[in-house]
Amino acid sequence: MGAFRVVPCLDVDRGRVVKGVRFQDLRTMGDPVALAQRYRDEGADELVFLDISATVEGRETMRWVVGQVAEVLDIPFCVGGGVRTVEDARKLLAAGADKVAVNSAAVANPELLSQLAALLGSQSVVLAVDARRAPWGFEVVTHGGTVPTGRDVVSWVQEGVERGAGELLLTSIDRDGTGQGFDVELLAAVRKAVSVPIVASGGGTLPEHFVAAFQAGADAGLAASIFHQQQMTVADLKRRLAAAGVPVRWEEAWG
Amino acid sequence: MTVTVVDLGVGNLPNVVRAFRRLGADVQVVSQAREVAGARCLVLPGVGAAPPALRRLGETGLAGALRQAVENGAWLLGICLGHQLLFEELTEFGVHRGLGFLSGVVSPLPAGVRVPHMGWARVELTRRGFRSLDGKWFYFVHSFAAQASPEDEAAVVEHEGLRLCAAAQRGRVVGVQFHPEKSGEAGARFLREFLERAS
Repeated sequence: MGAFRVVPCLDVDRGRVVKGVRFQDLRTMGDPVALAQRYRDEGADELVFLDISATVEGRETMRWVVGQVAEVLDIPFCVGGGVRTVEDARKLLAAGADKVAVNSAAVANPELLSQLAALLGSQSVVLAVDARRAPWGFEVVTHGGTVPTGRDVVSWVQEGVERGAGELLLTSIDRDGTGQGFDVELLAAVRKAVSVPIVASGGGTLPEHFVAAFQAGADAGLAASIFHQQQMTVADLKRRLAAAGVPVRWEEAWG
Repeated sequence: MTVTVVDLGVGNLPNVVRAFRRLGADVQVVSQAREVAGARCLVLPGVGAAPPALRRLGETGLAGALRQAVENGAWLLGICLGHQLLFEELTEFGVHRGLGFLSGVVSPLPAGVRVPHMGWARVELTRRGFRSLDGKWFYFVHSFAAQASPEDEAAVVEHEGLRLCAAAQRGRVVGVQFHPEKSGEAGARFLREFLERAS
């Protein structure tokens, strides 16, 4: 059986890891390479780096960071944020990333997903979706949670997977940074619609939140602050997950 | 120890090179048949589609050079697509002849299971061989899988009720479906064991 993955997320701005609440109020958390290594040593199954730099200079720095991370990291990692073109994605993979995540650019131009999948393979293409509850269901929002699109999350992920996305990174904007747990209704609705792996994101802070995400059909749970602020190590979380019957990868060295 | 990594122009080669360098090996990346001749420890990585990789092996003469090197005593490790290329026959956009080092065929994962098979899974040895594999978690990403003959199958992995070939070996030729270069400590231990055998 496959393992439920624990995925620390590093928001990177101009080469530094930062973390905000509901995408606002950013605080510096440290060096991406050092944090990546620490999470790897604690038993992280995969890492996600989201480049939140707004400038071209910041994007250049990010590629350098990706190369540095690839030198030391022997677990898979995904890079997202600001990926607009096939060329952007190709450069990140060439620098050493295993996957690239696309969000706003795919909503604006869904054909981008088809092109990425054809050229890079579905296994390297992650569709990141930021979802917000609406009276009629879940709405896709873009540009870091600021732009509502009127699109239904379920129909959008179905289209994305048909076009070749190999994985979904599904963030609840309502829960992001709140610590109230993943939106399991959102996860269940998307799980029913597609069969590709789903990485749950937004609001997960306690082991029971991750257990609930697993039970709702997620293949992985992503979190940032709890790990950055050392409320819980990845190994602590995995031990608790295993005790709750969730299959997780385990190495003796993590203690 | 010098590790000779064969560049087929298909994906993920730098991460394989980094993994061997982290273990202290000298790594040489080659793309010509003549550069393979004197190698003692060969690695055939690969991510992507089989047909272009097989074409490249044929056109460059690398297929013959690899066979010659193995006959002369070299060890050969295939990773992911490189593992699949070691078999007799591959079905991917048509039927293709593989390198034939390992007996068995490669075909798409059957309909009804999640494709690609992506993520960490626990590997089980099916015969004595690489001890570093037994019961350990490795990272898989693949849409095709080999069905190795019982005598060549070395380890299996379960995926949605299917029993898939995770590793195969015949003599000095070893193939692994997972990515040791992306499998953390377990991956490093396996590569170290391979280097120990090969030296």
